[in-house]
Amino acid sequence: MFRFIVRRLLQLIPTLFGLSLLLFIWLRRLPGGPETAILGERGTPEMRAAIRHNMGLDEPILVQYGRFVRRMIKLDLGTSTSTKRAVTTEFIERFPGTVELTITAMVIAIGVGIPLGYLAARRRGRFLDHASVGGSLIGICIPVFFLGYVLKAIFSENLHWFPSSGRQDPTLGATRVTNFFVLDGLMTREWDAAADALWHLVLPAIALASIPLAIIVRITRASVLEVLNEDFVRTAEAKGLTERTVRGRHVLRNAMLPVATSIGLLAGGLLSGAVLTETVFAFSGIGAFVAEAIGQRDYPVLMGFILIIAVVYVLVNLLVDLSYSFIDPRVRVR
Amino acid sequence: MTLSPGKKREKIDRLSELAARDDERGVSLWQEAFRRLRGNPAAIVGAIILAIFVLVAVIGPFLVPYAPTDTIGIREGLIKPGVIPGPDGDHWFGYDHQGRDEFSRMIVGARQTLLVGVVSTLIGLAVGALIGGISGAAAGLGGRWGRWIDTTLMRFVDMLLAMPSLLLAVSIAALLGASLTTVMIAVGVVSVPVFARLLRGSMISQANSDYVLAATSLGVKKSKIALTHVVPNSLAPVIVQATLTLATAIIEAAALSFLGLGNPDTAVPEWGVMLADAQQYLGIRPSLAIYPAVAIIITALGFTLLGEAMREALDPKLRK
Amino acid sequence: MRAPRPKVAIAAVAVAALAVAGCAESNRDDNSGGSKKDTLVFGVAGDPKVLDPSFASDGESLRVARQVFETLVRPEEGGTKVTPGLAESWTPDAAGTTWTFKLRSGVKFHDGTDFNAEAVCVNFNRWYNAKGLMQSPDVTAYWQDVMGGFAANENADLPPSLFKSCAAKDATTVDLSFTRVSSKIPAALMLPSFSIHSPKALQEFDASNVGGTSEDIKYPSYATEHPTGTGPFKFKAWDVANKTLTLERNEDYAGPKAKLKTLIFKTISDENARKQALRSGDIQGYDLVGPADVEPLKGEGFNVLTRPAFNVLYLAINQKGNPKLADLKVRQAIAYALNRQQLVDSKLPPGAKVADNFMPDTVEGWNGDVTKYTYDPAKAKALLAEAGASNLTLRFHYPTEVTRPYMPNPKDIFELLSADLKAVGITVEAIPLKWSPDYLNATTSGNKHDIHFLGWTGDYGDAYNFIGTFFDRPKDEWGFTNQALFDQFKDADSTADIAARTEKYKALNKSVMDFLPGVPISHSPPAIVFGKDVTGVKASPLTDERYASAEFK
Repeated sequence: MFRFIVRRLLQLIPTLFGLSLLLFIWLRRLPGGPETAILGERGTPEMRAAIRHNMGLDEPILVQYGRFVRRMIKLDLGTSTSTKRAVTTEFIERFPGTVELTITAMVIAIGVGIPLGYLAARRRGRFLDHASVGGSLIGICIPVFFLGYVLKAIFSENLHWFPSSGRQDPTLGATRVTNFFVLDGLMTREWDAAADALWHLVLPAIALASIPLAIIVRITRASVLEVLNEDFVRTAEAKGLTERTVRGRHVLRNAMLPVATSIGLLAGGLLSGAVLTETVFAFSGIGAFVAEAIGQRDYPVLMGFILIIAVVYVLVNLLVDLSYSFIDPRVRVR
Repeated sequence: MTLSPGKKREKIDRLSELAARDDERGVSLWQEAFRRLRGNPAAIVGAIILAIFVLVAVIGPFLVPYAPTDTIGIREGLIKPGVIPGPDGDHWFGYDHQGRDEFSRMIVGARQTLLVGVVSTLIGLAVGALIGGISGAAAGLGGRWGRWIDTTLMRFVDMLLAMPSLLLAVSIAALLGASLTTVMIAVGVVSVPVFARLLRGSMISQANSDYVLAATSLGVKKSKIALTHVVPNSLAPVIVQATLTLATAIIEAAALSFLGLGNPDTAVPEWGVMLADAQQYLGIRPSLAIYPAVAIIITALGFTLLGEAMREALDPKLRK
Repeated sequence: MRAPRPKVAIAAVAVAALAVAGCAESNRDDNSGGSKKDTLVFGVAGDPKVLDPSFASDGESLRVARQVFETLVRPEEGGTKVTPGLAESWTPDAAGTTWTFKLRSGVKFHDGTDFNAEAVCVNFNRWYNAKGLMQSPDVTAYWQDVMGGFAANENADLPPSLFKSCAAKDATTVDLSFTRVSSKIPAALMLPSFSIHSPKALQEFDASNVGGTSEDIKYPSYATEHPTGTGPFKFKAWDVANKTLTLERNEDYAGPKAKLKTLIFKTISDENARKQALRSGDIQGYDLVGPADVEPLKGEGFNVLTRPAFNVLYLAINQKGNPKLADLKVRQAIAYALNRQQLVDSKLPPGAKVADNFMPDTVEGWNGDVTKYTYDPAKAKALLAEAGASNLTLRFHYPTEVTRPYMPNPKDIFELLSADLKAVGITVEAIPLKWSPDYLNATTSGNKHDIHFLGWTGDYGDAYNFIGTFFDRPKDEWGFTNQALFDQFKDADSTADIAARTEKYKALNKSVMDFLPGVPISHSPPAIVFGKDVTGVKASPLTDERYASAEFK
């Protein structure tokens, strides 16, 4: 197992180099550069040229790439051209928001999706089955940003149950430690701050969870149906095990393998949804920040982001592979 | 929003598998599938929705009461900041923010929406099939070069798959500048990896199937086997996937519009753009958002229902 | 592992929670229990870029700077007239090149040091002696806009500096000398970029050390963490992770103290999301209200304030584009073809006006007696026929993904304008481009653009800041060289006598509207909204709102 992990991690290095070179060239091919975004309508061609020169954007692309690599080795991702702050600082401050949001969304999606999918399968053809299958179809088809506005209109504007924007009530003046607000609240025993941060997560997480929830319901349902037809379930029932044991130990456990696969991969896809959710809910996270960075031609932010995504993607998949061996003892990683 | 990679993978694997199995009972795969589709109410509902949608898209523009670009409400002074009149006898859905007849725009918009969905899916399919086909053929031919080509192409495809699809689309839209073509390409590229993996997967399992082995041992040329057996038999899952991709393409185009990267050409209405434009007027005339949103949801639902039903119908595991 | 899994998971989470609980120090003030009524959370469209206004040109940075810092002169509240700020009075010498400022006494910076003439000179010398990256046009944008260059220009393209020297005559008297007479002085000195900083803080936090390598500029900690001025609010915290910036009342403020104890700016970039946040009570006010929302919000009882229009939206015509555009008749035809009144009535916020000059009527030098081009499609067609341009085709650029105070909805404006042009027989080729960078690049350089629209929000109440910016030299945006016009500008700018100068600007406005390099379209008043129970803020045409006077009813 140890060798497996090391090998997978070593594979990262060539991937990152290849990816970064490709990206570097691709990004520099985007028309226009950061200088226009910085100057706005006040810019003149001379001013733009001066800035390009200052940023070294008029040098050959390989020279620029060489500088980038030298910095990357020192784990320095450079300075954002639009916010003028270090890219690593930006990420340290903005990634936790997205992570908090996506984890909450996944907790909702898994916590609701698996039981619902399971029940739908057990009651196949009955009302609950039709309702959850129908609901999950709609969940996939509804544009996330529209759902976000609708949720806010109902639960914030009219009912005033949940806040409509941001990650935490700024008047609380909560202490920041890790920038994971809920965790920070616990660590500093600022219980109200933790609760408030959690409260702010509810609506955006529901909006973000809509698609994964729908997918998990359907995969769980299909997978449970398949397992229910397996011989070993019939054997277990025949030998007189309680329904509870059959369900818990045999059906659910065996049905979880495809579900676990999909959950691991869903986590990556959540980022797309996060771009929209963060914009709609003014939620400080990496998704909306990066979408804006594309418009601003903020090369350092984009490079840093995509490289981090590549690392995260590899790590998540590694975790998923490892989790197989826990769910299914037959799978042994080598 | 596109489907997540998880869902993609799951589908891809399942579809590849089913493509490998040929008819065991003498009835062709397609006949059998069609018979089962007819008996599935979800498929019928999906088909009806799509039939209406396509009908509206094709003949609708000839029947609308007003030109979709005619700013009647502004000419007549009905539109003021903060005021958009609601429906009346002549304007069934009321006016949009530019004083145009909303009903006419919805009808005409169906065509553009269908166009964006179909063309972007075709782009994804064509490029994906090309990559997947080369990769699959290379893997099938084997040898060191074959394996190398296959691995390289699949690495590339995996990278595309790992990128958050919306950010990929956004960066393509930024690269090409805003236009209708850009939207189609950006949405299309997102589905390339799905089609590529799908076709490669089913080609490889086809290549390993008994009948190809038999044909090879009878001395049939490899290229002939590929063209007359492997490719046609690999197409079924691709068609199913295309139907499902159409749904996500329409939603993805709407998301791009929301981020301001949609088709900026205002001459022809499109639902995604209409929905994005209407966000500004949610406070004064929410129906302007609700019409296109509901239309998008229903259409996407139609494609999804039909696609899922086709998948089920073609799935040998469920053929019981 | 026989225990059912959910219970194990719950136990694990509980153990983890206990383990982290209290493992870090809370540094929260304990006085947060006070009444919420002295804290205002205000929604803004973007994060500030930098907290040292010397390096800022974006509206959000300047908004913060205006609460934390003060300038020698400042605009009157709710207007553009120059009134006393840190200086009580000011007079030019006979030549008009040296200005003597009499400073207020008893003013202290937030760090407790005294404000005096010496401090003023430290600040001006800091800007004037900028070196290296501090001379980059994106770093010191406003200094370069107003003063041109520096003590030692490192880039040959930079013009010589307008500023010459600063002399502290005594603690409350300071002389600023300039190399020539300019109409910008003293009005330009009310720009927040000329805010006076604490010399001690500047030194302590190494404020002028804009460093890093050429491709990544690194700002000193002063510019991001320690802005120290004399304003009614002190900087407290910038929480990027929550997109909020917190200011607190300066208890030692020399003037009337702020009524709010805490002022928080919260970034909500989406316009609709800002409105929803106001309605749901997350925020008690926001800026950049969509024109469609003004009336509905008023109807719900919110305090919508309308800023006097201090901007202009214009249709630019590039005479180097389509050759026909060099013909005055064709330009006149375009002007007559546009139904500007209809556009203003249906799409711009209440209170917007059709523009007759390239500057609003609140600026000295505005001329009501210029050639006006009232909507007349028949005349437009006739003029086109006369010029032999009946089947004219124009490439019409318009921006996407942007709202500006002068154009809240570019796409809508484009649709109406292009419909007007089509109505007189002009074929319009629509070219939508992303505002930044594509649109700005395409319309301000090269000659692939025929017509496009763009606008300008005034920085201070001076005619040159509007029409001079557009027409005082050949620019790719307009594609013409009219030396007589350029000379007229130079003459007006160097006239020391105010009355005479105003007359010259009036004449200039007339010349411009006769030459018709483009068509001014509208002046639209941007709106700002506050909660139902928030009063005291006056809308400013220069967006110089003073939150210090805000209070809850």
